[in-house]
Amino acid sequence: MGATIIEKIIRNNTGLEKAVANDIVTVNVDRVMIHDIFIPFVADKFEEMGFKKLWDPDKVVLIYDHLVPASQVDDTRHFKAGNEFVKKYGLNNIHRADGICHQLMTEAGYVKPGDVVFGTDSHTTTYGCVGAFSSGIGYTEMASILGTGEMWVKVPETIKVTINGVLPNNVTSKDIILKLIGDLGADGATYKALEFAGDTVENMSIASRMTIANMAIEAGAKCALFTPDYKTEEYCEISLNDMQRDLVGDDDAVYNKELTYRAEDFVPVVACPSQVDNIKPVSELSDISIDQVFIGSCTNGRLEDLQKAAAVLKGKKVAPFVKLIVTPASTKIYRQASEDGTLSVLLEAGAIVTHPGCGLCCGRTGGILTDKERVVATNNRNFLGRMGTSKVEIFLASPITAAASAIAGKIVNYDKSINIW
Amino acid sequence: MNDTFSGKIWVLDDDIDTDIIIPTEYLALKSVEDMKKYAFSPLRKELAGQIRQGDIIVAGKNFGCGSSREQAPEIIKALGIKCIIAKSFARIFYRNSINNGLLLIENKQLHDDAVEGDIIDVEVNNAVYYNGREYKISSLPQNLVDIIEAGGLVKAMRRRNGLD
Amino acid sequence: MMGMTMAEKIIACAAGVENAKAGDIHTVELDRLMSNDGTTHLTIDMYNNNLKNPHIKDVDKLVWIIDHNIPSDSPKTAASHKKMRDFAKENGIKFYEGEGVCHQVMMENHVCPGELIFGADSHTCAYGALGAFGTGVGCTDYLYAMVTGTSWLLVPETIRFNLTGKLPEGVYARDLILTIIGTIGANGANYKAMEFAGEGLHNLTMSDRISICNLCVEAGAKTALMEVDDVAMEYLREHGREPKAVFTSDVDAVFAQIVDIDLTEIQPIVAKPHFVDNVVPAKECLGIKIDEAFLGSCNNGRIEDLRVGAAIIKGKKVSPEVRFLVVPASRKVYSEALSEGLLDIFIDAGAIVMNPNCSVCWGSCQGVIGENEVLISTGTRNFKGRAGHRDSYVYLASAATVTASAVKGEITTADML
Repeated sequence: MGATIIEKIIRNNTGLEKAVANDIVTVNVDRVMIHDIFIPFVADKFEEMGFKKLWDPDKVVLIYDHLVPASQVDDTRHFKAGNEFVKKYGLNNIHRADGICHQLMTEAGYVKPGDVVFGTDSHTTTYGCVGAFSSGIGYTEMASILGTGEMWVKVPETIKVTINGVLPNNVTSKDIILKLIGDLGADGATYKALEFAGDTVENMSIASRMTIANMAIEAGAKCALFTPDYKTEEYCEISLNDMQRDLVGDDDAVYNKELTYRAEDFVPVVACPSQVDNIKPVSELSDISIDQVFIGSCTNGRLEDLQKAAAVLKGKKVAPFVKLIVTPASTKIYRQASEDGTLSVLLEAGAIVTHPGCGLCCGRTGGILTDKERVVATNNRNFLGRMGTSKVEIFLASPITAAASAIAGKIVNYDKSINIW
Repeated sequence: MNDTFSGKIWVLDDDIDTDIIIPTEYLALKSVEDMKKYAFSPLRKELAGQIRQGDIIVAGKNFGCGSSREQAPEIIKALGIKCIIAKSFARIFYRNSINNGLLLIENKQLHDDAVEGDIIDVEVNNAVYYNGREYKISSLPQNLVDIIEAGGLVKAMRRRNGLD
Repeated sequence: MMGMTMAEKIIACAAGVENAKAGDIHTVELDRLMSNDGTTHLTIDMYNNNLKNPHIKDVDKLVWIIDHNIPSDSPKTAASHKKMRDFAKENGIKFYEGEGVCHQVMMENHVCPGELIFGADSHTCAYGALGAFGTGVGCTDYLYAMVTGTSWLLVPETIRFNLTGKLPEGVYARDLILTIIGTIGANGANYKAMEFAGEGLHNLTMSDRISICNLCVEAGAKTALMEVDDVAMEYLREHGREPKAVFTSDVDAVFAQIVDIDLTEIQPIVAKPHFVDNVVPAKECLGIKIDEAFLGSCNNGRIEDLRVGAAIIKGKKVSPEVRFLVVPASRKVYSEALSEGLLDIFIDAGAIVMNPNCSVCWGSCQGVIGENEVLISTGTRNFKGRAGHRDSYVYLASAATVTASAVKGEITTADML
């Protein structure tokens, strides 16, 4: 019997050659990620559980991103707790001001195809962009992995999404994943794996795949998976081994559901307030004035996202009384955008460029709004109160739509073609 | 796990996300006790103050969707909620609840019938009784029962490490 | 007739009188009115609620700047920003948001020699670097000036500082002004103007001058004033502006005190917690462990400061547990620093490079420090609790000392790195 990608990863990881969907198995964890918000709680639980040492310090990555820079006086306690944990248990992989955790995990080479990775953050699904099984967990569960290196999982059923064809101008992978979430519903993939295939995703950059994998959780998914290819090899700086090359859904694998899309049918869309599955084509929205635009986050804060925004903004100005906040996802991306002139273009257009980190997406600082304000944002959530009061309206969109809207001062479709240098 | 109890219900809608349960703004407060008064504040500011020990939440689909913040189930537990009965739960929230010993029950029908303030009776692993009607519920898988019976994952690990 | 000081001349001009002398009270016409997001929402409330006939005398004189908490850190901040933005939009007030720290934005875009400027911020005295009389006021004074275009002013006495020589290598304007404040004390210039002149002044860059004038309020000064020389005129020309009037103190002007300062004798200085006049030579603070370092603010966030910092940190790393905040003072400074490659150097070193704002100098949003933490800062103040937690410690020093300390993880001077 054939297998889905997730079944193959779990079989390889556990040695259980017959593991199939709905089996409950114990996996050997290849890497874990803990971020600044949860490290104090992980540390407390770890000690409360009675562990004396980490199962494998090299497999643990600690990243400060949500609270960088600190915006409340108690925030720095989290850095203290993290620093103490690092010293006490001999952690080597720590990033204190380098960017968003999910960006760094793949960018800095912590995750490889076929790995099993858990993180204390729901958007840990991101690493499926390189064919890893990665998922978010809470801090208690993280503490237990730190001591044991193991975790139980129910092998998820898989929804296979196949997309073939060429995307229309100005349609990005963000529009694809938003449309998919709209079709599936915010709980449409709960407990399940999303598996992507088709020549459209094969032709996508790893960065664009990351956007899709990142938002899989917004349909409730346990993980999202892309088959590793030559782009993955280049990005991860590896040569794929046989196991990794075989991470493709078999023709006779059993799927919970199979969805097929034509790339040509996608259009620029937004997720309207206040659910991620409240999807509308941009062209159907008229005269929705905005107060702020946010381009950044682990969903869309990568170089190609900033380049697309800059291509739209080049030679233009952000509308009067509208703020454009740009937060690159990592310092590496910041440096690349600095070197290729992207940042200069954004600054000239009037953007406020902040230090790489979670910024506004996590709702603690970075452009919090108030009653009756509207924001177009490239991040992953538009929940009630996520970026300020419950009367703030958040529209999620691609960097292209976000940039065009910043110029217009209202939500608009960008209908010209863009040139990226 | 055979347990029977009854409680007053609070009825919430579909897609109650973790930012509603506890907004990020309050996540760096020192303790769950400090955070719990802000529970559900974007949706119903007064709710956290109204919930009493032993009350039950009845909700629609996808309860707990969103982030991995474990404060979400911890706070609900700290408010005194005995269990949550929803059409469905988001997966990270589900694991976090089990790991903290907060009972979650899935039932597709109850939410459509439930009226806030009413009393319901729960027979764990069997059924919920409300207005003279029985709503069947499924039993938990054994590995989860093990964790809950140990009193949560921390206690299970302490036992594993020979501490309790 | 007795000679007049610079301050007296500017006030006489603004009052439309021939002669003004210290101790007089004059009604003056103001040239410019700056207000920022620290207090403008309060001014608007008073404007809307306490006036019978609310109006603005001359809207062209108003400059409003959102710089303290940008990007916004809370719904409360966002609400006061919205109030300010909506009011500015409705009334056609010149408005900047996220363009930089107010005093830097004012220096780059508005301040002219000879002007009399009120700012709803204590460090408005920075404008003296261009020979303008800038002084900080509260919202009530600001509102009165906004509605009438005028205000009353007590003509201050002047302490004159005659500068000679040149600052030694590795010693900066910050060290000079801290030395002065340490000498005359935190209230040594209360109600007074501090005037700087002498051949030593010509050796100071505009950046140095802004840094010096900016901090004069920490000695209690009402304003700071510097003679307008070629350096100042060149700055003005570069920024496309003309002086209103260029004043110098008469030779027979009466000064409350004259202080001679030999710049060659200045050395690196640190102001210890919790007062700006609690100064010691930097060498006396060596080894004090720090949690955070801050290079920025209206005092030391200019391109010259970033160049000093970048030269020190290039090829080195920020000490692992230290947070090093680098915050250019304006969009212009940020863009220059980006194109000169300075921001890349800071990023590569592991610094946190923020958008132009007041940051931890203001201490209510980005970069705040926690309980018992120690910050070394190029900000303006080291008052208890200023940078975050009420139990925390702030040391003030030059861009060089701050950057060197960020690398070492403890207070040190650049020459010891």
